[in-house]
Amino acid sequence: MRLIKYPFLTSVFSILTVIVFNFNNVQAAPKQIINIAYLTQEQNPPVALSNLDPFIKDKGVIGAELGINDNNTTGEFTGQQFNLKKFIVPIDGNVNDTFTKEISSQFKYLIVNLPATQLKPLSDLPAAKELLLFDVGTTDDSLRNEECQRHVLHLLPSRAMRADALAQYMMKKRWTQWFLVIGPNPEDKLYADAIKRSAKRFNMKIVAEKTWEHTYDARRTAQSDVAVFSQTEDPYDVLVVADEQGQFGEYLDYRTWVPRPVIGTQGLIATPWHKTHEQWGAVQIQHRFLEKAGRWMEEQDYSAYLAVRAIGEAATRTQSNELSKLKDYIFSDTFTLNGYTGTPLSFRAWDGQLRQPLLLAAPRSLVAIAPIDGFLHPKTELDTLGYDQPETHCQWNK
Amino acid sequence: MKYQSLKWLLALSLISTAHAENVFVTLEKDNALAIVNPIEGKLLKTVPVGQRPRGIALSPDNKYLYIATSDDNTIKIFDAETFKELGKLPSGKDPETFALNPAGDKMYVSNEDDSLVTVIDIKSKKVLKQIKVGVEPEGITVSPDNKWLISVSETTNMVHWIDTKTNAIVANTLVDARPRAANFTPDSQQLWVTSEMAGTLLIIDSQSKQIIKTVNFDVSGITNDKIQPVGVIIDKDRNKGYVALGPANRVAVINAKTYEVEKVLLVGQRVWNLAFSPDQKRLYTTNGTSNDISLIDLETQTVTKSIGVGTYPWGVAAKP
Repeated sequence: MRLIKYPFLTSVFSILTVIVFNFNNVQAAPKQIINIAYLTQEQNPPVALSNLDPFIKDKGVIGAELGINDNNTTGEFTGQQFNLKKFIVPIDGNVNDTFTKEISSQFKYLIVNLPATQLKPLSDLPAAKELLLFDVGTTDDSLRNEECQRHVLHLLPSRAMRADALAQYMMKKRWTQWFLVIGPNPEDKLYADAIKRSAKRFNMKIVAEKTWEHTYDARRTAQSDVAVFSQTEDPYDVLVVADEQGQFGEYLDYRTWVPRPVIGTQGLIATPWHKTHEQWGAVQIQHRFLEKAGRWMEEQDYSAYLAVRAIGEAATRTQSNELSKLKDYIFSDTFTLNGYTGTPLSFRAWDGQLRQPLLLAAPRSLVAIAPIDGFLHPKTELDTLGYDQPETHCQWNK
Repeated sequence: MKYQSLKWLLALSLISTAHAENVFVTLEKDNALAIVNPIEGKLLKTVPVGQRPRGIALSPDNKYLYIATSDDNTIKIFDAETFKELGKLPSGKDPETFALNPAGDKMYVSNEDDSLVTVIDIKSKKVLKQIKVGVEPEGITVSPDNKWLISVSETTNMVHWIDTKTNAIVANTLVDARPRAANFTPDSQQLWVTSEMAGTLLIIDSQSKQIIKTVNFDVSGITNDKIQPVGVIIDKDRNKGYVALGPANRVAVINAKTYEVEKVLLVGQRVWNLAFSPDQKRLYTTNGTSNDISLIDLETQTVTKSIGVGTYPWGVAAKP
């Protein structure tokens, strides 16, 4: 590689490893097989606020299937075949048993769609360390920090990334005084923690904080209750809600004592994928998914799609199905993945988190895309979201 | 004498009006075509053409204008003087980009949703063949010697080499992430391909189908992930190539012999497609999000003018 420096620009030329596939030969050649397992467990439908959004049983798996189709279209030209085997554990089943009996000895690549409470015990199994796990079910920052593991990649953006994305937008809008409303579940507290971290990071002020208590009375009379609940001593610009299961957050908009926008887990949300997104070729994948699934793509589907595509991209580029080669490639600087969001995606070498933009979406409109213009970073603006290298608590040698 | 010169003047002005160069720009969100006089730097008029117009091309004799109206699922044929619609071509679903062969009697269309390239006989308006290619075919071009049809698949990251005689894929070249546009050098010896996600320009030898150079771009003050090359075009003498750098809002000037990036020119926002003036003295760029086109004088290599044309200018073609 040769470097030529100009006063204002540098151009780098390099000769790439070149792969040309002769179509006719490829068809005759034996195929290289890459087997991928997908592990999830059936879930009980959560308590629903309304019948507007039906419970989706197969979040994630259809995304993985779409990814396999795309990989295999490429594979037709490169002599590689990708297979997806799905393991859907019944509600009363044990995922670790399924992993030990049916997955660990036969697969090297495992996509896991399980909550944090189940992912950690699974990834702690000694046999799991021989695989590469693609987590498409958790947003926990602890799994990306203190509890990080070298054999686990995280596809969904963490809570910290989401909170930072919203904070950047609120900073741009100069909504600097926040009223934080936290739900009763442990996940809500984790989301609120991420919001508090972002407030500190972007020098915003949480002027009031309240916990929403579920009482049957309050639920029935949300109209009157929210008005009382949303009165605070100090004035606020925006109500930030932490309600991951969606048990009350939708009640807040239009019912607050003073007219204020709602942002967080409801109202304006930060998400890796949304049905309102159509730029950068997103329309194409939205169409392909809708045609296949008969529903819109959810963020778990998007993450599972990206996980399968990451394996496909690494296998195509390295012309290999070996775990060590693919893993090295995925963590290398040359690895880039298209996520239909206008910026090349890659994995953060310090915690295995997928580096990605976040869509700030209202139910029927895409409001902004984070990183918001003006939030700068010496390497990539994507690293303004979540735990950057100097902030990470992840130490790989565990 | 006076009368004589007046007559001359009149004749001259008549000639110049009749032969005035026109630049045609499709406006994706306005469902319209903008017609620009590049000499005066003026938007002359805007005419409705159909839903979500994107790809655009002139027939080799400059009589017909082809426009892909994506949401009408067709490619429309217009009279290039009167802009009257003359007919429709069976492009398949959601046509975006297409290419004509040098004779102008065949059209090749990328069908992104179905991973297909549709081959159309223009005279009979019939589909001759559909060729299965990689996921999300985008860039499409025919070599000037009419030997190769090139289809570039964005998600499969491949350049497909299709023999124009048999309409079959003969070879595939794996390229950098999310390849967008491809164009041959006028001598057909090289194919230049841009990769949007990797931020690179790949120069491929038509004989060996191997990448002989990877050109990277560096623009001071802009992070690498904003450099997303799209449109690419090479001049007739193979002296210089030009690459639109998307959200970097620049056009790069590349020495086509040494492959050095000689200059980057600041144009409008999210620049994506490029076209030469017929005499190749000027370059026109469509700037997607700033709703204008930029005029670049190629002798001085400076941007001379921006002209507001309408919402989301997409494709551009120039008629002498």
